[in-house]
Amino acid sequence: MRSFALRFVVAVAIAALLVILALPLVALLFRVPPASLWHYIQQPIVIEALKLSLFTSVIATIAVATLGIPVAYLLATYHFRGKRLVEVLVELPIVLPPTVAGVGLLLAFGRAGIAGKALSALGLSIPFTTLAVILAQLFVATPYFISAVVAGLREVEPKYRDVAMTLRASPMHLFRRVLLPLALPSLLAGAAMSWARALGEFGATITFAGNLMGRTQTMPLAVYSALQSDLDSAVALAVLLILFSFAILAALRFAPWGAAIGGRDSDARRRGR
Amino acid sequence: MIATMQSLMLVTMVGAIIPPGKPAPQREKVTVFAAASLTAAFNEIADTLRHHDPTVEIAFNFAGSQALALQIQQGAPADVFASADDHWMKVVHDAGLTKGAPAVFVHNHLVVIVPKENPAHIVTLHDLAKPGVKLVLADPAVPVGHYARTTIDALAKQPGFPANYAEDVNARVVSNEDNVKGVVAKVQLGEADAGIVYLSDVTPAVAKAVTRIAIPEPANPLADYPIAVLRRSTSKAAEAFVQLVLSPSGQDVLARNGFVPVRASH
Repeated sequence: MRSFALRFVVAVAIAALLVILALPLVALLFRVPPASLWHYIQQPIVIEALKLSLFTSVIATIAVATLGIPVAYLLATYHFRGKRLVEVLVELPIVLPPTVAGVGLLLAFGRAGIAGKALSALGLSIPFTTLAVILAQLFVATPYFISAVVAGLREVEPKYRDVAMTLRASPMHLFRRVLLPLALPSLLAGAAMSWARALGEFGATITFAGNLMGRTQTMPLAVYSALQSDLDSAVALAVLLILFSFAILAALRFAPWGAAIGGRDSDARRRGR
Repeated sequence: MIATMQSLMLVTMVGAIIPPGKPAPQREKVTVFAAASLTAAFNEIADTLRHHDPTVEIAFNFAGSQALALQIQQGAPADVFASADDHWMKVVHDAGLTKGAPAVFVHNHLVVIVPKENPAHIVTLHDLAKPGVKLVLADPAVPVGHYARTTIDALAKQPGFPANYAEDVNARVVSNEDNVKGVVAKVQLGEADAGIVYLSDVTPAVAKAVTRIAIPEPANPLADYPIAVLRRSTSKAAEAFVQLVLSPSGQDVLARNGFVPVRASH
């Protein structure tokens, strides 16, 4: 940071980003007086949406972690033919427009979709159900988790692994007792990221799961529905969603192991101990 | 090295902010905000206008009328607003955002559509109340969603319909879509058992995938579509577009697309 020009560029970049990222949030917060927020919180549309959003996003995040950890482990530690392709496939949902993801989910798991017949035989009809909401969230949130965990596992110093191997640790034991604890910060970071992505998911949800209060109308859909008729209640809902996400993400950061969400600095601190 | 990086960064930053200058040809731009149900018809009318006057550039924003009204109230750069009902046009007009009074340019009727495979075996309007039917409507705030509920209530009062018909049908709703095309798509894909849309939404492409069930006249509201040039518009082509929509040739295009013209076309 010695050169003035560099400092100037950094300052401009920070200012520009602050304006672009923070100003819309501030504008939303200023639109609705805090006193009336309480009035909006008590409306059924808000309560139902909040409950549904919490439930679905938590279930989706647990599912993402359960399915994501083995895949991330595979990608981080083994080399195999077609690995690049798997990595691309895993990251694809990030660039796919959510609405297109929703259509894809319909064509795959819808009643008339590719897997629809098999699902019908099992007595399952997924679209327009809470399960569809969770599937949509799982689809869009998985990549964030996997890329974070893969990065975390790759950062674990090889010497730990070597020592464990020398001591005849089985691969499973090595993973559970050595790799996973060391990669825990990135695992939590990935879970927080994918949880946030699931909570904010809109396009795939409305396309695949539809929009019905109490069943498929999550917070973002409720915001959109309110926007159709009443701007102020939509903004109030959005503010609630922001405060809510902020509270959870902040709690994660400031928790005892919270620096983990910050990534590398916690590593440095652990080495310093 | 760092100096090169900096200059590169600065150049890219500035380049991203200032668009390259190009000589502006004398083109007349017009931006039309129109209800989603007008998509096919208005695109056809725009082609006529472009063919007639190549200097005109028409940009469309098709969405639910309620979303368009909100965008216009928030200062969106629109020249013309075509709404699927009086309510949202009135909201814009009452806010003093239109030039002169809006004109009704076309009418529309509702129709029930079911997928060709008809998984729920819906043959008559009575069948909509059957348990287990997945009915998809537009949100009550969307014009077609509001009309659909009016229709359901009106049907319940018709002779031959049970007293709890409206209640039962409303209980079959599995999704409230944000615009009419969302309803069409879900029926077209065979995911919904039935949907209530405008007659004009059953385009030739849609007709291949769905079956229509007519709604009798007394219970079928005639939707009025008003159009207006917006106050903030400086486009000379805006008025031309509205006139073309109201002209016999524009009305013909609308009629071909399943709408009910406001005057008998010549």
